[in-house]
Amino acid sequence: MSPVSKAAPAATLSPSTIRHLRELAGAENVLTEREDLIPYGFDGTAALKHGAACVVMPGTCEAAAAVVRFAVSEDIPVVTRGSGTGLSGGSVPVDGGIVVTLVHLNRILEVDPANLTLLAEAGTITKAIDDAALPHGLFYPPDPGSMKISTIGGNVANNSGGLRGLKYGVTRDYVMGMEVVLPDGSVAWLGSKCVKDVAGYSMKDLFVGSEGTLGIITKVLLKLVPRPKARRTLLASFDSMEAAARSVSRIIERQIIPCTLEFLDRRTCECVEDYAKVGLPTSAAAVVLMETDGHPAVVEEEAAAMEAIARESGAISVEKAADEAHAVRLATARRSAFSALARIRPTTILEDVTVPRSHLAEIVAFVEEVAVRHRLQIATFGHFGDGNVHPTILTDETDHEEMERVHLALGEIFAKTIELGGTITGEHGVGLAKKPFLSGQFDEASYALMKQLKQALDPRGLLNPGKIFDLDAPTA
Amino acid sequence: MSDPSTHRVLRHMAELDYSVVQQCMHCGMCLPSCPTYLETRRERNSPRGRIALMRAIADGELEVTREFGEEMYYCLGCLACTTACPAGVDYPKLFEHARAEVEAADVLFTPGRRFWRWLTLRQLFAKPWMLRAVGRLLRLYQASGLCSLVRKSGLLRLLPENLRDLEPTTPTVRRHFSDALIAGIESPPARKYRVGMLTGCVQDLVFSDVNRDTVEVLLENGCEVITPRAQGCCGSLHAHNGDLEQAAEQARRLIDRFDLASLDAIITNAAGCGSHLKHFANLLADDPDYAGRAREWDRKARDISQWLVEIGFRRPEGVAAEPIRTTYHEACHLCHGQGISKQPREILKAIPGLEFVELENATHCCGSAGVYNITQPEQAGKLQREKAACIAKTGASLVATANPGCHLQIQNGVGPGVGVRHPVSLLAEAYRKEKKERS
Ligand SMILES: Cc1cc2nc3c(=O)[nH]c(=O)nc-3n(C[C@H](O)[C@H](O)[C@H](O)COP(=O)(O)OP(=O)(O)OC[C@H]3O[C@@H](n4cnc5c(N)ncnc54)[C@H](O)[C@@H]3O)c2cc1C
Ligand code: SF4
Ligand code: SF4
Repeated sequence: MSPVSKAAPAATLSPSTIRHLRELAGAENVLTEREDLIPYGFDGTAALKHGAACVVMPGTCEAAAAVVRFAVSEDIPVVTRGSGTGLSGGSVPVDGGIVVTLVHLNRILEVDPANLTLLAEAGTITKAIDDAALPHGLFYPPDPGSMKISTIGGNVANNSGGLRGLKYGVTRDYVMGMEVVLPDGSVAWLGSKCVKDVAGYSMKDLFVGSEGTLGIITKVLLKLVPRPKARRTLLASFDSMEAAARSVSRIIERQIIPCTLEFLDRRTCECVEDYAKVGLPTSAAAVVLMETDGHPAVVEEEAAAMEAIARESGAISVEKAADEAHAVRLATARRSAFSALARIRPTTILEDVTVPRSHLAEIVAFVEEVAVRHRLQIATFGHFGDGNVHPTILTDETDHEEMERVHLALGEIFAKTIELGGTITGEHGVGLAKKPFLSGQFDEASYALMKQLKQALDPRGLLNPGKIFDLDAPTA
Repeated sequence: MSDPSTHRVLRHMAELDYSVVQQCMHCGMCLPSCPTYLETRRERNSPRGRIALMRAIADGELEVTREFGEEMYYCLGCLACTTACPAGVDYPKLFEHARAEVEAADVLFTPGRRFWRWLTLRQLFAKPWMLRAVGRLLRLYQASGLCSLVRKSGLLRLLPENLRDLEPTTPTVRRHFSDALIAGIESPPARKYRVGMLTGCVQDLVFSDVNRDTVEVLLENGCEVITPRAQGCCGSLHAHNGDLEQAAEQARRLIDRFDLASLDAIITNAAGCGSHLKHFANLLADDPDYAGRAREWDRKARDISQWLVEIGFRRPEGVAAEPIRTTYHEACHLCHGQGISKQPREILKAIPGLEFVELENATHCCGSAGVYNITQPEQAGKLQREKAACIAKTGASLVATANPGCHLQIQNGVGPGVGVRHPVSLLAEAYRKEKKERS
């Protein structure tokens, strides 16, 4: 975690540079006023800020490419930004850099029901993608908590997950192709509509999860699947986290793959209920939101089985969502968990550690123990079915003594995660926030390979510099 | 921090305690609900961006500039972001203090603006007699035919451009204001409750009939209604426009008009007033003479629909020959400002002969937003057209809404083919019809 800096711009660009950018992107799409720039000084990550020198909002893919081409020719760093909901500081500006935000590139270019694909510009809002699939009876499953505002480009660049990851996978599983502006300003099309395609390296996969450090994604070709006909949502509460974890393990052991197995601890439930008022139990130690979808008969069967398993694993109560609207309200409430936790303390630091599923109860218990030892408030929720937990530290960034304890606690949680064969980030990316911890997770060769790749594609280090890792020597 | 603007900050922004600004964790969950962000997709036009600018001022990174001032007035104050925000950010408070900051710094100064603010906030809406006097003149102007004469004469050119454009949409002032229609005390045959009635300012001039209907519905439900004479503006207009000092004064005056201890509730039927006047305790926290009474006031303040549902209002009986398809527009300051959504629908659904249909995007702002349609006519017009299009889709011939500003804005948007009514007026009408059918 880097220290708090300022949201106001530090360095500026020369008038001729600004003039040129205005010619390329249109005058109204180039922002330079202090009042315009300050709100771009951060993303959704706590305690990370940096001023941008200029923000460009290209209106077409061509303009976006032209801006990048010009910037690299002038050695100006480029930070790509979607909606700035990232949780690792990926789109936080860098000194003297341009922020290119793609929110105006929000057209859905094609829905192809014959091939079950959808082509959209990278600034399209995630939920708009699924909304466009709906009338065709199709479905775009990845649903990050931020889906009403995150962009598909940001999702691809972070390989975002969601509430349905257990059954449907993550963003990567739906990316069939993309248009990318490369660090030299050239434009490449990667991938195809073919279900099978092994012509050369799978280049598109390199850009999934690249966090804006290898290229700027301007269009995305996505896979769609048939929309499930039925859905059942259950809410089970437990008096211990172990009982909840046991129930989840048994569901998976019985080879039931529900689309959603989300859990929330008591503190998270209290905050979410305070905001959403959907009737979450606030006295249970753990609540698990379970959802199964698919063929109506199978769904009924699986829902009944999950209910029985939850009960035999010691659930205090199992409740069925009354109807579709209630189910949506419950899922929406779960999506607000992170923001709702901000009600308690001024600073909300969310982590994203992930372990093999069988170690889930262990990592959750460890987090609880760390919280007690370092006298911190930590709430935990997450994607139980994916082994992905979000220990959320409720603290105050202006209290230096407490922040020291926060850093110690984070270090221990990361170490334990790696010891269990886990990863320090399951879906939010490395960005700035996890950068100091990344090397700990890799052997020397694989860490070096990542840097080599970056150097090969972006030798001058102009695309989102300083994110994921620092390059060893200045290469410009 | 010797910078003079920072000192001003210490007066308004920081007075409200840094934690209120810090409460925003910049997650962006509010962005898709914000009309101005959806229009431009620029962060500064979003709740998150506006709060970031406020925080930058509190942090001493930004001064109170003209740009900042303009941004605070581009915000509709519709509070859609407040409903959307899971983190519990108190945007209404931030917004009022930010506008107060802008006024204190005088960064939007023009002689004309200062004059209009003085005239409206410190004269017209501060002095009930003056508002009524102007109302009577306006009524005379509209009723006498002078109106069309003036329009032809070109005299209107003397008005500021925004107001001139608005003249044809100026609401028609009622012949009788509330005091003429409502007695100081009105008692039902069997009294269950005693409530105080707020007549409002715009409501009083333009919709005094809604005030009368409110009283009738209250009587019908066993409430004795106390209506102090010549009430002033509750101060919401002042608070929303950066004049917190005058807002506090208006609050004190209003509290003085009621004998709180003897009342079960204070009733308002205007959403914009309600969302402000439920928070007098905040406004008067530092005033030892009023803080206690303000807390009691807040506890008792109710929107009419909220109160009716709370006391279990009586459902009117009867059937109408032909059902009237009716939809409901949620005033921002009712749904976002007060969290009241279900109650007005419950009332509408209880009315015989009314076929209720939901309105798409019912909670989206109609663009009225206080005086926004005067200050930002373009954005206001766009929202008005969107609202009218959604209404057209329902096929409803009647729109119910519970705020005078929305009422006028929507009426102007849908044209004469579709009626606009307050839910309570529809309920009053149903009670009247029921009586007629019985007799
Ligand atoms: C309340 C909340 C809930 C969330 N829930 C989830 C969740 O359930 N699962 C999850 O995985 N994440 C979640 N997130 C994190 C975040 O929403 C995702 O990472 C999302 O994909 C970011 O999208 P964005 O458009 O906001 O991108 P940004 O934050 O603007 O950018 C994210 C990263 O992608 C890069 N980038 C953006 N667009 C492009 C592009 N077109 N080409 C190349 N690089 C690009 C940026 O440089 C940056 O590194 C949540 C965030 C919040 C605030
Ligand atoms: S106002 Fe609320 S929803 Fe909006 S960014 Fe801030 S915390 Fe998130
Ligand atoms: S009050 Fe309305 S216009 Fe203003 S920031 Fe909130 S949502 Fe946007």
